[in-house]
Amino acid sequence: MSRSDVLVDAEWVEARIGAPGTVIVEVDEDTSAYDKGHIPSAIKIDWKQDLQDPVRRDFVDKVGFETLLSERGISNDDTVVLYGGNNNWFAAYAYWYFKLYGHQDVLLLDGGRKKWELDSRELSTDVPARAKTSYTASEQDAALRAKRDEVVDAIGKQNLVDVRSPDEFSGRLLAPAHLPQEQAQRGGHIPTAKNVPWSKAANEDGTFKSDEELSALYKEQAGVDFGKDTIAYCRIGERSAHTWFALHELLGLPNVKNYDGSWTEYGSLVGVPIELGEGK
Amino acid sequence: MSNDSCGAPAGGVTITKDKAGKEAIIEGQVLRGGAPVASGYARLLGSGDEFVAEVPLGDDGGFRFFAAPGEWVLRVLAPGNVRLEQEVTADIGQVTKVEFLV
Repeated sequence: MSRSDVLVDAEWVEARIGAPGTVIVEVDEDTSAYDKGHIPSAIKIDWKQDLQDPVRRDFVDKVGFETLLSERGISNDDTVVLYGGNNNWFAAYAYWYFKLYGHQDVLLLDGGRKKWELDSRELSTDVPARAKTSYTASEQDAALRAKRDEVVDAIGKQNLVDVRSPDEFSGRLLAPAHLPQEQAQRGGHIPTAKNVPWSKAANEDGTFKSDEELSALYKEQAGVDFGKDTIAYCRIGERSAHTWFALHELLGLPNVKNYDGSWTEYGSLVGVPIELGEGK
Repeated sequence: MSNDSCGAPAGGVTITKDKAGKEAIIEGQVLRGGAPVASGYARLLGSGDEFVAEVPLGDDGGFRFFAAPGEWVLRVLAPGNVRLEQEVTADIGQVTKVEFLV
């Protein structure tokens, strides 16, 4: 798999606006940005309302995902192009989620909404009407998703990549610095985790760094062993989906999982080990 | 805005006016000719240009961060290759205000 198989630029997307068989999807937690203006022909998926179970903490199940995509007019053989705000965190999460449920042809717009805006490209408030489909999802691919027991078992054995900011990793902050800090869970990180903030994988305009830069970042600067299996985590799993994309999709590492329970789960577990301060 | 996600709402999370409580808040506004710049991004950077957080500007050109106390750099990006920055100090219980003029 090459970079162009998973990541496309704005010119590529502009040339395919409205093209049959291509569905552009903006994914965000706060979909008011979509409502104010989005890439022409794009539909929206709400990270929380559409992708999270409304009662328990988990994804929508297979049937729920099939219903969502069918209602949005996405077919199994469509090329789905995802983009969003927050440097593509939620779009990368949706990419991982689409892969989890077996959608084959899915791409990420490099730089997401941010680069599109900074480049002053066209935004539209027209909401496209798409005919319903009959989407069939696969069972979740367990090779892509890490659960808590597996994470605890991975301490000292696998690569654990904590992609939060250094202050969150050390325990000084409990959430990113654009959010209030009063949280229930404990601060710190999973012992043996390497701290490679997601932002180091991105340029200032939100695009991903080159494969060479990414390889140097994880392997040489952070000491991630490319010969071992890897689990990426953050606070709730969307920033680590960005890193999962970099490691699994761009660098092609075979066994990389995203731990979507992440720190909000791990930091609230009773009895598990926690490390404070800088990484060792 | 719920805290069960890490998303950055445009303009930053709303607070009770000027009440920092236990937080160290940095907030401000980006203006062009007296009018708000509503399309753009504010980035909070630590020492050595270390990225910490980013929010899209609000409709009023505003932004807000909940930082650890200390020295920070704020950088604003906006269409037209706008790239401005200022140094700022955050303290617990304080709302530090910053204005950018494009």
